[in-house]
Amino acid sequence: MEQPALAMEFHLTAGDFNGAGDASGKIKRTLQQVGVKAEVIRRIAISAYEAEMNVIIHSLGGDIRAKVYPDRTEIEVKDSGPGIADVDQAMQEGYSTAPDHIREMGFGAGMGLPNMSRCADRFSIESKVGEGTTLRIIINH
Amino acid sequence: MIEYFHSVRLISERCKGCVSCIKRCPTEAIRIRGGKAKITESRCIDCGECIRYCPNRAKTAVTDSLADIKRYPHNVALPAPSLYSQFEAQVTVDAILCGLLSLGFDEVFDVAVGAEVVTTAIRELLQHKQVKRPLISSACPAVVRLIQVKFPELIDHLVPFEAPVEIAARMVREEYARRTGRPQDELGVWFITPCPAKLTAIRQPLGDLPSNISGAISIADIFGELRRVILQKPAAVAKCRRASWAGMGWAVAGGETEAAGVLNTLVVHEIHSISNVLEQVAMGKLKDIDYVEALACAGGCIGGPLMVENRFVAEHRMRNRLAVGKRLQPQPELPLAPEDLVQRGTLEPRPIMRLDEDISKALYKVEQMERTLERLPGLDCGSCGSPTCKALAEDIVQGQASEMDCIFKLRERVHELAKEMMGLAEKLPPSLDKKEKKGAIRDGKSKRVAGTSGRRGGSDDSGGGA
Repeated sequence: MEQPALAMEFHLTAGDFNGAGDASGKIKRTLQQVGVKAEVIRRIAISAYEAEMNVIIHSLGGDIRAKVYPDRTEIEVKDSGPGIADVDQAMQEGYSTAPDHIREMGFGAGMGLPNMSRCADRFSIESKVGEGTTLRIIINH
Repeated sequence: MIEYFHSVRLISERCKGCVSCIKRCPTEAIRIRGGKAKITESRCIDCGECIRYCPNRAKTAVTDSLADIKRYPHNVALPAPSLYSQFEAQVTVDAILCGLLSLGFDEVFDVAVGAEVVTTAIRELLQHKQVKRPLISSACPAVVRLIQVKFPELIDHLVPFEAPVEIAARMVREEYARRTGRPQDELGVWFITPCPAKLTAIRQPLGDLPSNISGAISIADIFGELRRVILQKPAAVAKCRRASWAGMGWAVAGGETEAAGVLNTLVVHEIHSISNVLEQVAMGKLKDIDYVEALACAGGCIGGPLMVENRFVAEHRMRNRLAVGKRLQPQPELPLAPEDLVQRGTLEPRPIMRLDEDISKALYKVEQMERTLERLPGLDCGSCGSPTCKALAEDIVQGQASEMDCIFKLRERVHELAKEMMGLAEKLPPSLDKKEKKGAIRDGKSKRVAGTSGRRGGSDDSGGGA
């Protein structure tokens, strides 16, 4: 398998709003140093941030990995539960399991997953209730 | 390579090579090399932070002087509204404007009038649903440059209008042409400026259009003289063109959006805080906000590095002036903004972060940088002349510094060398080694190794004698 030129890994703690955005921020800065186009970085940073927030808000914790190749960036986000019961439904814009007060804070608007898939060139989601969710996002440079 | 003009400069003789400026610079544009600060031109955004924090006053802003106005037969002064904050309440705006006439200007045109025009243009623009949100104010040239170098993906969010001073200058030039029919090169248009970024924006416009301003004169430079003429001739007050509180309010943080009547606004000032907020905009977090008013100086232009008065005092005075204005004229009638008057040129990104033009090389450098960074102590002390260990790691991979520039790495290396020398000193050629029990040396050696292993994790017990 092709070795990534650069790999980054960050652990995400459930409910850790203080550290929210750290991982995606670091990924973003690294890509700026690599010299990836600003618009592409923006798509990567937004999807990484949305994924990061999802793990922090909804999951029991997980990891985010970014692999940078000369022609693309791959982001993999794995969490350990509770998983998504109906992935198709979760992918619909505006669908959210977040309660109203979270939505009013600007989170859980049901735009996270659709946003990510809109930003991505390839997007996949696997989830098992009780086990966890794995997202894969590939964005071409 | 593009040539950059900067108004922020270094007075070399005054610089002691301390690290105050490199620590404050928001774009990490300064390094200490050869005992003096060096500004990397492509990174500098002329925010003036280094001027403010230099304990030796070695940083300065190059501005034009009053003597420069003699180059033109007819001169117009464009005072920044923040100028009014430098005077006590009893000195009226009219007195200040007329004071400028006494300094040798033929006319005075209040920059706040330009601010009124931009105010209506922004109000109009926000009516359109398709405008990118949040819209970011483009009034502060240091913020615009910060976006060009650090957040190029946000250029589309910037207000597509010229800054008030540039609009005021256009109005002045148009009026002059209409009134006199004389050629424009006879007209000198001078901005009385609170900050160096404004001068840079004149010499090297932010967009691709040339500036209509001839030069900028620092408020700090003319304050003394201006104060003197105002106090000397309090009676000689004529009527000068001046703006309402709405335009004047642009001098303080929050004044711009208050004038425009935008409610869903985020007001942020001080360059480091702006960087943090822009970071959030770039992550797509602040889409629910309509407008971001961002001013590089704490408090807004009244906190500019070329101001004389303490910024809190200046803010107090400014707010009082505005309160009086609001009482007299709660809803000022603002001039409409003709399209061509407010348009600014296209802004190009000027990314500073990338390590190499070649993406593969850049990837390699990022990896090298990470490895180098792991070896550095992480104290960010600045003794190496780079602002942080991360910046030093970057300088090392770019071939502009060496790991031994770090005093801790240097000490470590000196320690290793000393150890090596000790090892060599203990070695004797067999011909001189008269002792029968060679174990003595071995014992000595094993003791030394034991001594080091505690501190260094015992990883290099063979290295000492090699």
